[in-house]
Amino acid sequence: MLALVLCLVLVLSMVVVLAYAERKIAAFMQDRLGPMEAGPYGSLQSVLDVVKLIQKEDIVPAAADKFLFKYAPVIIFAAVLAGFAVIPLTPAFIPSGTSLGVFYLLAILSLDVIGLLMAGWGSNNKFAVLGAMRSVAQIVSYEIPAGLAVLCVVMISQSLDFQEISFQQGILAHQTGTTNYLFGIKALGINTNEIGGFTTWNIFRAPFLLIAFLIYFIASLAESNRAPFDIPEAESELVAGFHTEYSGFRFAALFLAEYAMMLLVCLVAVVLFLGSWNTVLPNLGSMKLADWTTGQPGTLSGHLWGLFWLLSKTAILLFIQVAIRWTYPRLRVDQLMYLCWKVLTPVALGLVIIAAFWRLWMVG
Amino acid sequence: MMEEKSTWWQNVKGLLQGFNLTLRHFSKARNHRQPIGINHKDYFFQPEGLVTLNYPQESLPVPDKGRYRLHNEIDDCIVCDLCAKVCPVNCITIESVKATEEIGITSDGTKKRLYAPVFDIDMAKCCYCGLCTTVCPTDCLTMTNVYDFPEVDIKNMIYHFTDLTPEQAQEKRELLEKQQAEIAKAKAEAKAKLAAKGGSQT
Repeated sequence: MLALVLCLVLVLSMVVVLAYAERKIAAFMQDRLGPMEAGPYGSLQSVLDVVKLIQKEDIVPAAADKFLFKYAPVIIFAAVLAGFAVIPLTPAFIPSGTSLGVFYLLAILSLDVIGLLMAGWGSNNKFAVLGAMRSVAQIVSYEIPAGLAVLCVVMISQSLDFQEISFQQGILAHQTGTTNYLFGIKALGINTNEIGGFTTWNIFRAPFLLIAFLIYFIASLAESNRAPFDIPEAESELVAGFHTEYSGFRFAALFLAEYAMMLLVCLVAVVLFLGSWNTVLPNLGSMKLADWTTGQPGTLSGHLWGLFWLLSKTAILLFIQVAIRWTYPRLRVDQLMYLCWKVLTPVALGLVIIAAFWRLWMVG
Repeated sequence: MMEEKSTWWQNVKGLLQGFNLTLRHFSKARNHRQPIGINHKDYFFQPEGLVTLNYPQESLPVPDKGRYRLHNEIDDCIVCDLCAKVCPVNCITIESVKATEEIGITSDGTKKRLYAPVFDIDMAKCCYCGLCTTVCPTDCLTMTNVYDFPEVDIKNMIYHFTDLTPEQAQEKRELLEKQQAEIAKAKAEAKAKLAAKGGSQT
């Protein structure tokens, strides 16, 4: 129960900050000022936006399928929130420490698609149903390269538990009985267990995972309907896609789910590829930077350092997501499918084979 | 001729270039346009940084002789009606009442002989041509540098410049009527006297 409250608070506060940051970053990239009126430098803008949305009338179109229309936002938000259940926030805190975390996450995120289709179909609106169909096609397609990229990590780590994958990527790796070598190759004979820092992150343990990370990141943009993969809600074509008919609190829930999804995919990217809650600084000789910036699991400093590293890495990824949105134009539907099926999926399949060999070098 | 297809590496380079461009703009966002007028040498020169001003708090100074909201200094107005006549869109409505005596003089020494119970300018109709300010003999009708005057109710776009309350205006009208009546009466009396005098002579 505590975990749920903590996760909700984390998600809501991050979403509010993210919505403000997105508007400010967009403004700065376009040489504008962005929101300036509410609070100092407009910092209360997104809080007031939420307050406004909650006050608004809850409109259900007369011709809509009322049941689907009303419950779609609940399903979408629940699916995303449920994903946070398996994300380790600190070395000693994970809402649900299941050993099948990765599998559960991929499964529960697929539920999002049902909610989107419900919203689009239930609205009884051409724009909404087109948006929902596009969104379902896109998310179902991009789950494959994303899933394959995640599979590479699972093969390297030999675990489906997010917390164990996290432990393997830092100076605490010995606690799970893992020995890390430079680039993961035992034959090189350089033990990095005591060095830690970025040298034990998954993208360094097995450098080919850097490509897997790129594939996952691109696919995650598509899964969270972010530009340049925002064809489901392409403003210039579909008004607002599947949430065209939504207003008030239901729209707020959809909006929240969208930003929470961004946050979730970035958290997953950090946990799987970028060393999770582990420090970025390595131990260099007598400079025990990694030891100094990692607390013992379970202690207060352990919690705070873990949360700090996890959230700061996530913030960088979120910034890149936002920057990408304000840089690249939207892909056409056929370009979208080309990228997924003819570029990302074959490359990801190749990476799975490489991952198999790399794992052999890691133990052999 | 077939168009040459760009290689994937060129595409990636193009993507990175675009990303670099937005990041460059982002990093230059600390610089900010200053509220300088067109007379300033840097008005047209801003190589980088935010170009918008935080408008209500800061704004670009407008030229001194800009044509914006009209203002009538009623104390200097002699209610000559020239502005209303020259206005191409008929946005000025003036009603005049003759004064029974001289009211005063304007700041440039012209005598005022008319009251203006109604002097309305409908800024919603105004086309900002400035003709009215040109014809004004006492220069009391001017264009100010106020350009930001939106209203929720369009009726508020009509500016009332009269210095008389409706009661005062009524009083002036009555005074005028009384004076007119007196003059008419005096004239009639004089005429009757003249007629009587003439009659007695003949």
